[in-house]
Amino acid sequence: MGVETNIAPFAASKEEFLSTKLSYLVDLLRENGVNWSRKNSLWPMPFATACCGIELMATGASRYDIARFGAEVMRFTPRQCDLLICAGRVAIKTMPVLQRIYQQMAEPKWVISMGACASTGGVFDTYAVVQGVDQFLPVDVYVPGCPPRPETLLEGVMAIQRIVEKEGLKHSHERQRGLGLVVQETVKLDVGKES
Amino acid sequence: MATLTDPSQLSYEIGPATYAREESGGDVWTLNLGPQHPATHTTLRHVLELEGERVLSCTVHIGYLHSGFEKLGEKLNFNQYVVVTDRMNYISPMANNIAWHHACEKLFGIEITPRCKAIRTIIAELARIQDHLLCLGAAGLDLGAFTAFMYPFNARETIYDLFEEICGARFTTSYTRVGGLMQDITPGWTQKVRHFCTDELARAIDDFDALLTRNRIFLERTKGVGYLSHDDAISWSVTGPLARASGVRRDLRKDEPYLCYADDWDGQGGRAVTFKVPIATSGDCLARYQVRLAEMKESVKILLQMVDRVPDGPINVLPNDKATLPDKREIYFSIEGLIHHFEQVMTNRGFEPPVGESYGSNETANGELGFHLVSDGGNSAYRARCRPPSFINYQCFPHLVVGHQVSDVIAVLSSMNVIAAELDR
Amino acid sequence: MSGCSTHPIGPVIEAVAAKFADIDVAPSPLMPREDESQRQMCLRVPAERLIEVMTFLRFDPGCLFEQLVDLTCVDYLEFPRATDRYGVTYGLLSLTKEHRLWVKCFVNDPEPEVPSVTCIWKGADWQEREVWDMFGVKFAGHYDLRRILTWEGFEAHPLRKDYPLEGRGERENFVRIGIDSA
Repeated sequence: MGVETNIAPFAASKEEFLSTKLSYLVDLLRENGVNWSRKNSLWPMPFATACCGIELMATGASRYDIARFGAEVMRFTPRQCDLLICAGRVAIKTMPVLQRIYQQMAEPKWVISMGACASTGGVFDTYAVVQGVDQFLPVDVYVPGCPPRPETLLEGVMAIQRIVEKEGLKHSHERQRGLGLVVQETVKLDVGKES
Repeated sequence: MATLTDPSQLSYEIGPATYAREESGGDVWTLNLGPQHPATHTTLRHVLELEGERVLSCTVHIGYLHSGFEKLGEKLNFNQYVVVTDRMNYISPMANNIAWHHACEKLFGIEITPRCKAIRTIIAELARIQDHLLCLGAAGLDLGAFTAFMYPFNARETIYDLFEEICGARFTTSYTRVGGLMQDITPGWTQKVRHFCTDELARAIDDFDALLTRNRIFLERTKGVGYLSHDDAISWSVTGPLARASGVRRDLRKDEPYLCYADDWDGQGGRAVTFKVPIATSGDCLARYQVRLAEMKESVKILLQMVDRVPDGPINVLPNDKATLPDKREIYFSIEGLIHHFEQVMTNRGFEPPVGESYGSNETANGELGFHLVSDGGNSAYRARCRPPSFINYQCFPHLVVGHQVSDVIAVLSSMNVIAAELDR
Repeated sequence: MSGCSTHPIGPVIEAVAAKFADIDVAPSPLMPREDESQRQMCLRVPAERLIEVMTFLRFDPGCLFEQLVDLTCVDYLEFPRATDRYGVTYGLLSLTKEHRLWVKCFVNDPEPEVPSVTCIWKGADWQEREVWDMFGVKFAGHYDLRRILTWEGFEAHPLRKDYPLEGRGERENFVRIGIDSA
């Protein structure tokens, strides 16, 4: 690799020092690729609706520091983010909002479905909750739990990092579409009409 | 006390909250705040009509987290529903569990054991501290004070550890059952609570206090903002710290005592816990902040009194009441325990509450959390209505922000501690 | 005990019965209990006299129920021995006198309608909208009666007993927004 790791930085001359460190960095980038920098600086878009939002905040707080993974920059605008963390149940009223936010994110983008409610509807098998975000978003990682412990969410973020490393700049249309389990229709009636 | 006693003075024509435009006919435009916005405390949406920066009118749209909780209450039985109550006011889940089972026990007419009352009081106060820590932290965060958010959150992590030790879950605890608790506390837990109150929590509150209470920026942003008068607070059905910050002298722990706030809670003349209820009169955001901070300190006093006074004894009432599950040891090793367990759990058996209705309420951190239960004698409630303090407190919001600047909207919202899940149910 | 009157509610009920002698208010506890201090009393008021009775309860010096604690509705369709369908329930609290009272107003299909009490207690505002949303009971005189919790375009009233928990297909058939409209 051309790097002498035992070099004492102050022993060498300035030119030698600069060229060694620079070549180290260039070699590192060439070896690991742009994906390395991309995965270590994911900017999450926290779409926090309910209780999982509190565990997301706890993951960002000082004990389970998400900044260790480079992801503490939780910008609430989708234009600047590349990781959508869908934390919490999605009611049917919120669903167009979530769809629009996903469309507004720039490529490449990844989606974590955090918690049982975002993945499948969770405890709430009711008329008002969408039974799984993956019916209209391509989810990359599902994080189980109700709510998932911060360590579990960090494992989910690390799973995204592994995906980023492997697939890199693939457009989201070309990636996995998530499980996309089709919900069985409960009643075959006219939609919205009451008896 | 309410001063309006003459019906002829009745002049409530409530309509949408509006503020008169300036004569010069400024630049009127519409701004949509939410439902995805860092300061809207998850999914709330305000449509503001602005003249420059001044709010002329505010329309609130909620329901972005409506999940059918009350309909679920008609399907799940009285013990299963506690899982759903965790997810209502999710920043103090224990308080919701206690309030739900308080209402259930009132419906059944069950009196819980002294040990259970003591433990539930400790947990309720810890939940209150948890709620206020997050509310004040988020209030700081919304106004830009990021460190003021980190310190309380760290203290909450220790509370999570305490809850995890007794029930296994940090967060969605589901700890109470009809007639008692899921399981007893571990030995030494009360000492940990005491250590937490005297050591870590005291430091966290002091640090937080030092950061915000005399901070010029915080004071200028909250003083005089979002004024709610005493009579309006009563008329808008506001309860909790929001009402107490406007001078309403009402706290269910003192006025309609329950658990260890009542005298003779252990049946042997046990004294009720002594604490003060902080009241403010200025009714603005700063008053609400001060009331919550003072309430936290009073909760610490209650905890320090209760940790030494937890009596020995059973935590669940006897299983003969056909409402509580017997101890697991009994179920595995005695035939009576097994039969009682089956009576509870089999689908054609289960709870047998009396037919009728009942309303039971607790003073949680947000206000009066009550459950109006209607029972037809079946295993689950016929109607499980939650009286949500966030929903009812939030009604007055448009009338508080009208006439203020846009940034004051955020300050007022964060002072009201609106939890979307309790709001939308 | 929380939720119960600290001071006796008997005089209030007598005052109401005396003033409105033509209505049978039928005072009864919400749940029959032996211990009198644990009883929560409830009155029945017909819809056309509701505003009068509520104004009396709010302003009469013997009653003074300044705060409306809870406004909800119960659908008694499947309740044993029920005579009317919708019971709009008002929970009242007096801060000065420290007592509580419940008032029920029963209405039926078709087109259940009750006068709005927002002129007496401002806090009835959103609670009436929620009852309209969930049960379909209209409130005459409410300034803005529209759906509050469910979404626009939703036509059913979910908390009615004949509406299933999983809904009638609304949660599976929703519009998916394409990229062009973002």
